[in-house]
Amino acid sequence: MDFVFLWECIVKIVPGIPTTLTLMMLSVAAGLVFACLLAAMRLSQNVGLDVTARAYVFVFRGTPLAIQMFLIYFGLAQFPEIRASVFWPYLREPFWCAVIALTLNTAAYGSEIVRGGLLSVPRGQVEAARAAGMPRMTLFRRIVGPIALRQALPGYSNEMILMVKATSLASMVTLVEITGLAARIISETYRVFETFLVAAVIYLLINFLITRGVMALEWWLSPHLRGAPARPLADLKQVH
Amino acid sequence: MTEVALEVRNVHKRFGALEVLKGISLAARQGDVISILGASGSGKSTLLRCINFLELPDEGDVIVAGEIVAMKPASGGRRVPADRHQVDRIRSELGFVFQSFNLWSHMTVLENVIEAPVHVQKRPRAEAVAEAEALLAKVGIAEKRDHYPSHLSGGQQQRAAIARALAMRPKVMLFDEPTSALDPELVGEVLRVIRALAEEGRTMLIVTHEMGFARDVSNRIVFLHQGLVECDGPPGTVFFNAPSDRFRQFIAGHHGAR
Repeated sequence: MDFVFLWECIVKIVPGIPTTLTLMMLSVAAGLVFACLLAAMRLSQNVGLDVTARAYVFVFRGTPLAIQMFLIYFGLAQFPEIRASVFWPYLREPFWCAVIALTLNTAAYGSEIVRGGLLSVPRGQVEAARAAGMPRMTLFRRIVGPIALRQALPGYSNEMILMVKATSLASMVTLVEITGLAARIISETYRVFETFLVAAVIYLLINFLITRGVMALEWWLSPHLRGAPARPLADLKQVH
Repeated sequence: MTEVALEVRNVHKRFGALEVLKGISLAARQGDVISILGASGSGKSTLLRCINFLELPDEGDVIVAGEIVAMKPASGGRRVPADRHQVDRIRSELGFVFQSFNLWSHMTVLENVIEAPVHVQKRPRAEAVAEAEALLAKVGIAEKRDHYPSHLSGGQQQRAAIARALAMRPKVMLFDEPTSALDPELVGEVLRVIRALAEEGRTMLIVTHEMGFARDVSNRIVFLHQGLVECDGPPGTVFFNAPSDRFRQFIAGHHGAR
C-alpha cells in the first residue's frame, strides 16, 4: 500500500464532505416534510388525494434516481419555457437539481415509513385521547406524533443512510462532492482502487455516525421500552 | 328530586345492516350507580361508546347535565356532531374507562394522569400534579407514578386509567367492562376502587359481567337484550323478582358458567 498516496487522497477528498452532507441534510429535511404531506394524503379518506399520492410513490419508487436526476438537470434545460421561468436560476445549478431529485425520491420512500408509523399507533390510545376531549391538533401533537415518530425512526435511519449513498449520484450531474472529487483524482492518477477505497471509507464513517446518532435519539425517545425504574433503597427496606 | 346528570333518549345505532341499538332511553340522576348488563352483542358497550361519541348514534339524543349534544345530517344519511368543540367539551366532562386500559404508552403514569388536565383543561401543571398524586394514592398506586404503563400489571394499569379519568373532574364516570381484560386475581383490586367511588356518591355507568359486584354497588340495574332495555330497576327488584324470563336465563347462564 502506498500510504503517502492514500493520505493525499484523504486530503483531497475530505473537502467534498460538506457538499455531500449538505445535499443529504437538505434533501432529507425537505423530503420529510413532503413525505408527511404524502402520508397525510394516503391516510385522508379522499380518494383523489389518495390516488395522487399512490401514483407519485409508484413513479418515484419505480424509476432510477440517476435517471430522475438526468431528467431534471439535462432534460428540463431543453424547454425554452423552463429556461425563461423563475426557477431557471435553480434548475441550471447542478447542486439544486441534485437536491430536487434526492428530495422527490426520498419523499416517496419516506411517505411509506411515515404512513407505517402513523398506522402503528394503537387505536385504543387514540380513543382514550378522544374520550378525554382532546382536540385533533392536540391529539396529534401529544399522542399520535410522538408514538408514530418512535415507530418510524428505525426505518427512517435506514432511509437517511440510503440518502448519504445516493448523494454520490450527484457527481454524474457534475457536482463535486466526495465521489466527484474521487473521480477527479482518478482521472489524474489512474489509481482507481486506492482512491475509491478512501471514498468508501469516508461514506462508511459518515453512516456510522448517523446510525449512532439515531440510536441515541431512539434510546432517548423510548424510556417506556427500557426496564422499570430502579427501586429506591428506602423502598426495599420497607419490604423486608 | 335530584338533578339528572346524564340522559340518553331513543338512541339507535346501526353497523351496516345490523341494528345494535334499537332505541334506548335511560336517565342517570346525580349519584346513581347504574350497572348495565347483557349478553355479548346486546349493545351495552356500544351504548356507552355512543354516550361520549366514540360511536355516533344514528338517531336519538345524548344530554349531559341538561345540555343536548347537537347533531347535523351528513352525507350518506349519517349524522355528525354539529360542533366538534361541544363534543370535546362534553367528553372532557365524562370520564371513560376502557376494557383494555388504553394508557398512553409513551408517558409515565403521572404524565398520563396530568395530560388532559394540563393540555385539554389548561389547568396549571403544579395543581394538576398535586391532584394526580392524590388520585394515585387513592387508587393505591402512588409509588408507581414514574413507571411506564408497560411496567405495570393489568390491575395497576386499570387503576391508573381510573385515576386518569378522575383527573378531569368528570360529572359522570363511564366504565366499559373495566375488569374483563384482567387476570382473575387482579379483578378484586379494581372492583374495590370502583366500589369506593360509588360510596363517594359519584354518578357512574358500569358495563360489567360481574353480577355480584353489580348487585352490591349499584342502585340500578339495566339489562339490555338485543339492543333494547329489557329490565330497569333497583337490584333487589331486578335480581330477585326479575319480571323477565330473558334476564332469569341470563343470570342462570352466568351462574352455570362460574
